[in-house]
Amino acid sequence: MRAFILILLLIPFTLLAEENIATLRNADISTEPDAPRMGNEENKDLKRKRNYPMQPPTIPHKIAGYRIDLNSNKCLSCHSRRQVADSQAPMVSVTHYMDRDGNFLAEVSPRRYFCNQCHVSQLDVKPLVENTFQDVDAILDEKKKK
Amino acid sequence: MLNKVKDIWQTISHPSRYYSLGILIIAGFVAGVIFWGGFNTVLEATNTETFCISCHEMNNNVYQELKSTIHYTNRSGVRATCPDCHVPHDWTDKIARKMQASKEVWGKIFKTISTREKFLAKRRELAQHEWDRLKANDSLECRNCHDFQYMDFTRQGKRAEEAHSTGLTNGEKTCIDCHKGIAHELPDMAGVEGW
Repeated sequence: MRAFILILLLIPFTLLAEENIATLRNADISTEPDAPRMGNEENKDLKRKRNYPMQPPTIPHKIAGYRIDLNSNKCLSCHSRRQVADSQAPMVSVTHYMDRDGNFLAEVSPRRYFCNQCHVSQLDVKPLVENTFQDVDAILDEKKKK
Repeated sequence: MLNKVKDIWQTISHPSRYYSLGILIIAGFVAGVIFWGGFNTVLEATNTETFCISCHEMNNNVYQELKSTIHYTNRSGVRATCPDCHVPHDWTDKIARKMQASKEVWGKIFKTISTREKFLAKRRELAQHEWDRLKANDSLECRNCHDFQYMDFTRQGKRAEEAHSTGLTNGEKTCIDCHKGIAHELPDMAGVEGW
């Protein structure tokens, strides 16, 4: 009985909460809605501006089918220190060759091995949610005005 | 009994003594069609994907990996099957490759890669064989479909255009030099040039 009352008490809260949840599913749990269209990865090979100096640069090309695993790392087959002369791709930042004690290694440090943990390709699509991000220049400008 | 065998041997060793030349020519022609046709049918049957993946070694490892790649599924529905890339299309080269493949029959019988673990342990060696083969024949199997003559560099991405118009055009490099692991997963690439 007590449990029943507790459930009754909780119902209004769950109803309230439901209104605030921004769902991406938009369909009943028992149905399988159509998957959203896949976007096209941008493939212009043009470097993009970084919004603040420490931002991991976004990938300006397609990476579909690039494997990064124990055996191979497709990104490094162009961007590693040894390959850049051949590929003319930008070399992986020197910080990626440092272990956590600051020692420089000959190969990319294992803790930086999985490139797409930080670096991602971009899609030319309408954003799903509004983005109020301001880059560092905008913030500095605002401060100057004050 | 012995006489009967002797009789048959005499007929076989001197057939023209017992049959007319016309019959022999026609019989020879018919037998030739049957034998050659049979040989070729069997050869072609071993040159299909269904045959390749009838062994669990191929079906459970390399075939599953192929499925997510562009050579299996893509927007236009043109796809490559195992022999398109792994068996030469010209007859003489094909026969040579088929003879080499007798080693694969040996491997099947003695279970060289009968488990996933054995397969992974041997993967680098097996991959190296295919890389060497494609390097030696200037990526012939790639070029059966991807003909360099009809490649429009202006329709390619900037990086693809750059690579194809230099190394590939002057013959310094061939497809497999850069396009390793496009249809299957890669082995440990430590020490492989370019990785």
